[in-house]
Amino acid sequence: MGVSAGANIGERLMSVGARHYGNIREQALDWLGKVEIDQSRIDDLPHTFSGGMQQRLQIARNLVTAPRLVLMDEPTGGLDVSVQARLLDLIRSLVRDLNLSVILVTHDLAVARLLSTRLMVMQRGEVIEQGLTDQILDDPQAPYSQLLVSSVLQV
Amino acid sequence: MSAGLTMNGYNFAYLNEQTKRMIRRALLKAVAIPGYQVPFASREMPMPYGWGTGGVQVTASILKPDDVLKVTDQGADDTTNAVSIRDFFKKTADIATTEITQDATIIQTRHRIPEQELGANQILVFQVPIPEPMRFLEPRETETRKMHALEEYGLMHVKLYEDISRNGQIATTYAYPVSVEERYVMDPSPIPKFDNPKMNNMAALQLFGAGREMRIYALPPYTRVKSLDFEDYPFEVQKWDEPCAICGTTDSYLDEVILDNSGNRMFCCSDTAYCQSKQGPVKGAEQ
Repeated sequence: MGVSAGANIGERLMSVGARHYGNIREQALDWLGKVEIDQSRIDDLPHTFSGGMQQRLQIARNLVTAPRLVLMDEPTGGLDVSVQARLLDLIRSLVRDLNLSVILVTHDLAVARLLSTRLMVMQRGEVIEQGLTDQILDDPQAPYSQLLVSSVLQV
Repeated sequence: MSAGLTMNGYNFAYLNEQTKRMIRRALLKAVAIPGYQVPFASREMPMPYGWGTGGVQVTASILKPDDVLKVTDQGADDTTNAVSIRDFFKKTADIATTEITQDATIIQTRHRIPEQELGANQILVFQVPIPEPMRFLEPRETETRKMHALEEYGLMHVKLYEDISRNGQIATTYAYPVSVEERYVMDPSPIPKFDNPKMNNMAALQLFGAGREMRIYALPPYTRVKSLDFEDYPFEVQKWDEPCAICGTTDSYLDEVILDNSGNRMFCCSDTAYCQSKQGPVKGAEQ
């Protein structure tokens, strides 16, 4: 549906019963600020945003109702590296500030190392290894995990 | 019910008895679940879709030989749609018709609710083009049915939110969505929002028929109907600066009529029967 950025954030609030326009608007502005989107863009349509802004808008939209657990599937996919870095910073600070739990799905081991405290390696739909992130990335046990870790370019 | 043929070979009120029973079953369900859209096997009628095929089928299936029928189109009794539907039932059911609101037992209407308050002995039948209030927000019927079932109505308020952020106020002026008994969100058909408050707690039974979309819904008498709004942008009805130019009343819905090419205009009641009643002694009903 072609609705503005503000309405995208507000939709979640309204579907859980928010019925005060002023409050909804205020929260939408607040969240645009948190995810580093210029607040003057609140009435613009998301398709006029860049890919990174759209990703951040999605994050704002999903966090506005203060969930305790969030599933993110490849949140940095399709973004160029500089934008990725900022988005990762953002997710990390939101997790810290909001006391949020995130299950993050990624193919990027650097992202996994940066963001996660615990790691699960999956192959063919099954968990083949799990444990603390540093432990698994520094000393992988399963053959597939070893392959994954050794495939990262060393620079 | 009279199952016999009328003088000119039609079954009473055009539809066959099996079809009427099918529609009545849908109506019973609709009355039992206020605001819920009940699917029904809409028939081809001898008029194009968009001309009130849904309303006509509902009227035909509730009509009794002693009923008095009034038909209005945008408030007027004398426009093509109103006149032809009235003639249709005069011909196929041989019933009495009227233009006087309080004399009618069944009122079929397109896009207005009469100004005159309706009583418990009356039934109001609406012609509905698009029964689904969320159709323009979510085109898939499978999705909207799910949203109704789960009471997921955030999207309706998103539309109102967008109205306010673009125009500074809620810009929807007709087909203004309502919440029925705090459960189903319903399209009141394209009546002006001026008429929305009349639906609330109305003594008359309100039936809605959508022929092309094959849906029937209803508001039983004394149902709570609330127009959607925000706490800080409450629902308001249209207001006019001047009274009706013909009858001088100030409490009715006014149509703007352009008088000439130099932009002169006047405002007068859209409900012609109400306007006449305010002008003085009422002339006899059309027979």
